[in-house]
Amino acid sequence: MSYAAPAGRGVPPLPAESRVRSGRGGDAIFRVLLTVFGVAVIVLVAAIACVLTGAAMPAIRRFGPAFLWTSRWDPVHNIFGALPFVFGTVASSALALLVAVPISLGVAVYLVEIAPPRTSIALSFIIELLAAIPSVILGLWGIFVLAPWVRSAVEPVLSAVLGWLPLFSGPQYGIGLLAAGIILAIMIIPIVSSVSRDVLRAVPAEQREAMYALGATRWEVISRAVVPYGRIGIIGAVILGLGRALGETMAVTMVIGNRPQISTSLFQPAYTIAAVLANEFSEATSDLYLSALIEMALVLFAVSLIVNALARWLVARATSHARAAR
Amino acid sequence: MGFEVTVKEAPSMTLWDYAIASALAKGEAIDTDAPSQLVVENLHAYFGRTHAVKGLSLRIAAHRITAIIGPSGCGKSTFLRCLNRMHEVVPGARREGRVLLDGEDIYAPAVDPVEVRRRVGMVFQRANPFPTMSIYDNVVVGLRLNGIRDRRVLDEVAERSLRQAALWDEVKDVLARPGTSLSGGQQQRLCIARALAVQPEVLLMDEPASALDPASTLKIEELARTLRETLTIVIVTHNMQQAARVSDSTAFMLAGSLIEYGPTAELFTRPKERQTEDYITGRFG
Amino acid sequence: MAGGACDLPRAGGAVIVLGRQSARRRVTDRVMGWVCLAAILVAVAPLASVLGYIVIQGASALNWAFFTHLPAPVGEPGGGMANAILGTLTLIGLAACVGVPVGILGGLFLAEAGDGRLGWWIRFTADVLNGLPSIVVGVFVYALVVVPMHRFSALAGGLALGVMMIPLVVRTTEEMVRLVPSSLREASLALGIRWWVTSLRIVLRTATAGVITGIMLAVARIGGETAPLLFTAFNNQFWQAGLDQPISSLTVQLFTYSIAPYDDWHRQAWAAALVLMAITLLLNVAARAAGRQRFTMGGR
Repeated sequence: MSYAAPAGRGVPPLPAESRVRSGRGGDAIFRVLLTVFGVAVIVLVAAIACVLTGAAMPAIRRFGPAFLWTSRWDPVHNIFGALPFVFGTVASSALALLVAVPISLGVAVYLVEIAPPRTSIALSFIIELLAAIPSVILGLWGIFVLAPWVRSAVEPVLSAVLGWLPLFSGPQYGIGLLAAGIILAIMIIPIVSSVSRDVLRAVPAEQREAMYALGATRWEVISRAVVPYGRIGIIGAVILGLGRALGETMAVTMVIGNRPQISTSLFQPAYTIAAVLANEFSEATSDLYLSALIEMALVLFAVSLIVNALARWLVARATSHARAAR
Repeated sequence: MGFEVTVKEAPSMTLWDYAIASALAKGEAIDTDAPSQLVVENLHAYFGRTHAVKGLSLRIAAHRITAIIGPSGCGKSTFLRCLNRMHEVVPGARREGRVLLDGEDIYAPAVDPVEVRRRVGMVFQRANPFPTMSIYDNVVVGLRLNGIRDRRVLDEVAERSLRQAALWDEVKDVLARPGTSLSGGQQQRLCIARALAVQPEVLLMDEPASALDPASTLKIEELARTLRETLTIVIVTHNMQQAARVSDSTAFMLAGSLIEYGPTAELFTRPKERQTEDYITGRFG
Repeated sequence: MAGGACDLPRAGGAVIVLGRQSARRRVTDRVMGWVCLAAILVAVAPLASVLGYIVIQGASALNWAFFTHLPAPVGEPGGGMANAILGTLTLIGLAACVGVPVGILGGLFLAEAGDGRLGWWIRFTADVLNGLPSIVVGVFVYALVVVPMHRFSALAGGLALGVMMIPLVVRTTEEMVRLVPSSLREASLALGIRWWVTSLRIVLRTATAGVITGIMLAVARIGGETAPLLFTAFNNQFWQAGLDQPISSLTVQLFTYSIAPYDDWHRQAWAAALVLMAITLLLNVAARAAGRQRFTMGGR
């Protein structure tokens, strides 16, 4: 997605000065009005940054940068360290990416290179429908369907086959990091696959033809010509998915177990930044408690901003590159 | 043995006529009894409902250069793409008829199109080297596809193909540079080298020089003439002088049908069909 | 195919035959095609499961009481989510008061005067806003509104949802307005109609269907949001007392019920999921259907 104005429509620009005398005042006011509302978007985001920083100041002053690597979260004694939540956020998102990226790539390849056009459109629509499911409903399904399935089917198998790894050791609750990773994967598949699909579509036909003409099979054309050509955009799509996963709140908090601990096992419960905000915000008893929570919200804000901007830039480069190369 | 040159009644000889005369003056024997490498029998090609190639039959001689000329939209590129089964890659495309390569129909049900495309190579109108690969990787990609990994073999074939494409001296020190870092003419020769590396028997060239400057164009034409010794070449071109300079036989197509096909010299000086004559004298197209 | 083998020099002078395509390549091609199909099935399976469970569990729990009764006291069976449904509608209405004007006028700015640097930055910020975790928006509104007011309120909740609506409405409005052919605008100006009147009454009116589509999609999105409401609108087991009071919503109620230990509440949670999903799907499908029409009409 590019942030420059879409070209070629030739919308005549708003005149700085209206030529019709009687309407001059009206046009000027209108222009100001529009500009104000346009700028309001920027002001809004700036306001969010300022308000969050301001409210987080007490905690920032009290704990400094060590906040991010202190692992003790103790509201009773007013000691707050964000490490367990950072860990949970990173671990669940990483797991989600691990699961979702291969699946999304497979989906995108199928939609662009293998499926007949009408099937492709229908399937794209269905997968985008997945994105329309509210997070809390997925969480509900997670509690009553996914977690029990993970406990009864997935964890026993993983434990039996790979139980010697610390990753898959320990008691099997169903609820925990593994379930959270899976549900996050389900939530980011639509966006990663649809952006990847657009990226692959933008690969020029001549690249495919060149590969076919050398005597390559369809899969060789895909894996050696199409996907490498689009690799920058695909990375962008993956990072977009990461951005979405980092900020997901409801579905995660309903299946992750909400225990602020750092453990090596995926079967264990954990806690993410978004989840702790959802659960403890309205019950924060002291100002410092609240401030510490808001500081974590600020971290989430900053990380999400950077990740999203990076992702959008990569995707824009990939799709405009291909357009220019034609 | 030369051909009689009939100079048309004109106030002066045009550049055009000089080109013909010089081509003929080379005096090469056109051997019309050369074995046919490709035999096309009653080929029809469709894009959905559009009938792009209508019942085309001809024989393409081995180790010769055959040119296909005709106005834009006459179906010459479509015809070319039927010779290496690239036509069917387009959704909605179909064809009827047979194309025999060394006596066997490439469209027989048991035949693998992948194999056909290795034996009948193609060079496209716009050079399309793979931007994610180096010059070296571009040349040997066809070999790697076929499972050849031995570095020494790859090196040898790469050098040989690049020499055949008259590109070796220009790139031998920079083989690791990306394929797209070369100039337009060099990129096209890289694509030719890439196609040659898999040792095809036939090389199809779809207006290979139309996007290039005159100097590069001449280089490519020279290349075609030298490659003729090892391969059969079919070249589509909208440039009649090029066809006259380069090819041994020429086929003229119009609106999907083959109008005339014969030795180049004859077609350009004594065309049998009215339409051919109209086209080559510039009355249309 | 017989013949066609070609010889390659092996280093050292002997010969390598580049023969027929190996079966391995063909098998790989076919297998990978199936792997990709499997990816699609794996991606679609959760969707089928979620929708299936919602329909089955939700339908069995849905009854008239759900739509008309207030929640029963904790532990008692029965009751409904009438206040939650009304609450969600109220919040959407409040959100629209913020999101629609800012979104439309902002989008109009981008379409009319957004070709320069400022336009670029606005689009970029709108994208950033769109990608923000919704809980962060909730925290923002908490600090901005709830703290000074010393209470949770529908207004705060509406504001949070409204903020989330803005980037969606801005983008779709800009796109739709740009689709209006410039000849229409020029004709209007040539008649001596003032610029701002042209913009609002002619251009925007032509783009209305598309803009409404955008708003519907935005509403579908915020209707399903829970996180920003958790500490702005909070929750309310009774009817709305006033806009400055906490208010119930389908999503928050769903969340509360599903993590509680009561089976009856779980059943009601599924019912709420069914209602919510139905509304969301309806809005999405209607918006896309209308959107497709718009494109064919606008392509003059």
